[in-house]
Order: sequence, then structure tokens, then C-alpha cells
Amino acid sequence: MTAAIDVEAALARMVEQLRPALKSKPLMIGIHTGGAWVAEQLRRQLGLQEPLGTLDISFYRDDFTRVGMNPQVRTSHLPVNVEDRHLILVDDVLHTGRTIRAALNEIFDYGRPASVMLACLVERGGRELPIEPQVVGERVKLGKDQHVKLLGPEKLELRIQEANG
Amino acid sequence: MNQGLQFDDTGRLRHLLTIEGLSRQTILEILDTAESFISVGEREIKKIPLLRGKTVVNLFFESSTRTRTTFEIAAKRLSADVINLNVGASSASKGETLLDTIRNLEAMHTDLFVVRHAESGAAHLIARHVPAHVRIINAGDGRHAHPTQGLLDMFTIRRHKGAFEKLKIAIVGDIMHSRVARSQIHALKTLGVSELRVVAPKTLLPTAVEKLGVRSCTRMEDGLDGVDVVMMLRLQRERMQGAHIPSEHEYFNLYGLTPAKLALAAKDAIVMHPGPMNRGLEIDSAVADGPQSVILPQVTYGIAVRMAVMALIMGGTPASQDTGTRDSASNTRAPAGRKKRK
Repeated sequence: MTAAIDVEAALARMVEQLRPALKSKPLMIGIHTGGAWVAEQLRRQLGLQEPLGTLDISFYRDDFTRVGMNPQVRTSHLPVNVEDRHLILVDDVLHTGRTIRAALNEIFDYGRPASVMLACLVERGGRELPIEPQVVGERVKLGKDQHVKLLGPEKLELRIQEANG
Repeated sequence: MNQGLQFDDTGRLRHLLTIEGLSRQTILEILDTAESFISVGEREIKKIPLLRGKTVVNLFFESSTRTRTTFEIAAKRLSADVINLNVGASSASKGETLLDTIRNLEAMHTDLFVVRHAESGAAHLIARHVPAHVRIINAGDGRHAHPTQGLLDMFTIRRHKGAFEKLKIAIVGDIMHSRVARSQIHALKTLGVSELRVVAPKTLLPTAVEKLGVRSCTRMEDGLDGVDVVMMLRLQRERMQGAHIPSEHEYFNLYGLTPAKLALAAKDAIVMHPGPMNRGLEIDSAVADGPQSVILPQVTYGIAVRMAVMALIMGGTPASQDTGTRDSASNTRAPAGRKKRK
């Protein structure tokens, strides 16, 4: 068990980094499930009026032929047209970058946004794709056999677990 | 027929041949997955990449418009490449056997066959002879089964009427010749509806139909009384040999679903029909086009349900099978195929 991450402080840092982007009236989109929780917190703290978009990237995973369908797929929901909108894409933990790749593909099946900014609560290294976040709540260095898990949605809590622990 | 054929060693659905033998959990998993595919049809770009690079062959030995089209749209929305073959019009008429047709199409690297055939058991036969990485969906075999129709009917009922346990349901019409009825009965019994009735003249009821756990009625007054769902069937004149009904006029008078007969059912009952409809024979236009009809939504749901079935059986090939390349798989299968033909 590594030291716990202070979620409130991480969220506060994200809010500060996101403020300048509000000028372009961005649409916030959270990735199921943890990303949507984080996005909802950010939306409230930033006072965004527009409802949140949510994405379930199960249909866009690159390991579908190996692991099959996730039986708990939720419906992706984008409240407005993304065409020409500035988007803030929110996820809880950024690791390999494959989830973000899938999310970007899905977003472009809804339209052509003006820009996409990536915001994540935890950035943990281990990228396998050229994807970098613009907004980061907390950076941690973790080994391959360690997992970060976000618990929620009422009170957000980050746990670091050993794979064999 | 051997239902074990549908599952792989780990109990995952590998082919969909019949609803018989599917667990309640498997049926609900298919319906839940279909629910998430509904939204894809409502988007600007109605396409997701799950089956990109896969080849689906719609192999229809019997004509069909709705089923073939919805399978085709479903596969295309999943980004698969789709080939439609109406075999009645080509090889079969030149004398090629069913398995030879399949082997030739396999040699073209087909991943999934959607098969419709006038003979009961055709899809099972094919499933027994294809190599491990090839999947089969039965799109109707003789009088035996039409599982995706049964599943889309379950999806329709759940969307419009909610939990199955509280529902009284009547299946009306040509039960005898209907693979749709058989699939519906297996699904509804597995899902545990409160009451299931079949309504038809004695000549169109299979013998011992009660063994399936249904109540048989020969009068619409008994059959429709208080039901929540009326599932109409098409009168299959092309499968009838001899006189099953006295006349079409009399059949409509006794068993045609008119507004007056529908009034026997619950006030908010829904009316379903797998299509194509014989208006004025088993169903009155006033009912088919009326406010209680969910016949067109059934078609729309059919796409999502077929997407769900394709995605579930095509996804997650267990690692052990995944390591064998296609080429090595076809090398090992050729001699086995020859042995079977002896």
C-alpha cells in the first residue's frame, strides 16, 4: 500500500489548469465510469451550465477480438453536437493511452470537434501511444504490477493496489 | 438436436443455432448488449469498428427480405464486410452439396455464416463441420428455429412491457409450421412468463404442444382474454401440404386479429408480428397500423439484437484458439473434412 492520493487537492489543481480554457465554451466529456465521476466534479466546481457528455469506449477497444464484449456496456451520451466544439475529454487514470485512442475514435464518429483537450486525475506513466494530457491532477510513478483504482461516485477516493496483493 | 454445439469448452456462446438450451442469463446478456447498440442506430455515423476486417456471409437458401436486410445492416454497422448469397439461385441448382458450398466459402476466409435453409437442422449440420474460428448464426431452419427473431421479440416485450414474470402472453396462428413460434416459446419459458398460451385451430397446433409448458386454446375468446402481449404469426401457406384451414375467409373470421378480438386482451396490450404480414388473413389493417402495434419497432430492434449476437459470438476468441493462425487451422482441417465425407 503506497501513500493515498489526495483527490480533493488533485481536483483543485485540475480546476485551476482548466479555467483559462473556459473562454472557448468547451463541452466536457467524461469516459465511463471513473472519468465521468471526475468530469461531474469538475463541471460543478467550474460552474459549467451544459450537461456532461459521457462515453463508453467498449465498442472501440483494440482488444475486442481477444477479450470480447464487455457485458456491462453503457450507452455513450453526447448531449449536443460535437461539430466545431472545443472538447475537454476527462478520464480518471491515464496509463497506456489506449482508452484515449478509443475515445477519440468514438468522438469523431459523432462529428468533427474544433479541438480536444485531455484532462486526467492521475497520470501514471507507461504510455504505449503518443498521447499526452494537457491537464493533470496528480502525477505518480507506478510499477507494472500496481493498479490505481478510483472509487465513487459519492466521495471520490483513489486506491493504489498491488496486482498480487 | 445437439445444443452443446452452440458453446465452446469454457461455456461461451460460439454459434447461435437455437434458443433451446440457452440460460436465462445468456438471453438477458444478449438483450442488455442489444440495448447498448440501439444508440448506434440513432447516431450521425451509424457505425462502430468491432468487426472491422471480418467477413460475414449471408447464406440464404430460402428467400427473405427483412431478416437478410437486418442481418446485413447489423454486420455493416459493426464494420464487417458482408456478402449476400441467395444460393437457391446459384450453386445448389447446379448440384453442389450444402457442405461443399460452405467449404468453398470458408476457403474465401469467411468468419461468420448467417444461414437460412428450408431444412430443419441445416445450421447445426454446418456448425458441426466448420473449423473452430468460424461462427454460425441460424437465420431460420425449416420448422425448427429462428433464434434471432425469438430474441428480438423478447427485446420488444421487455422494452414495452417490462419484467417477464408478470406477463400473460398469447401466440396466435400457424403454430404448426412456425419456427418463430418454437423459438418464442423456448425463450418465454426460459425467461419465466406468468402464463403462455398458443391459439390456433386444431389443424395448426402441433401434437403434444402442451409438453412445452404452454396452454393451447382453439378459440380466440379463451386465448386472448386478459393477455398483455399478442404475438401474431404468419399463415405459412407455402409450407402447408393439404387442407389445414377450410378457407381464408373463414380463417380470418375465426382467428384474424381484428379490433374487436384485440379488445379481449388487456387494455394496454401490445401486438407483434414477425412479418411479412398477410393483411386481411391473420391480421386486420386496423390492428396492424393501430396504436397497440409494435410491428415496425420490432424491425428496428432486430438490427440491434443481431448486432449484439454477432458481437457476442465473434468477440473474445479464447487465447488458445487465437494463437493458431488461419493458415495452420485450414491445414489441419482439410484431412478431417475428407474423412467425414467418406
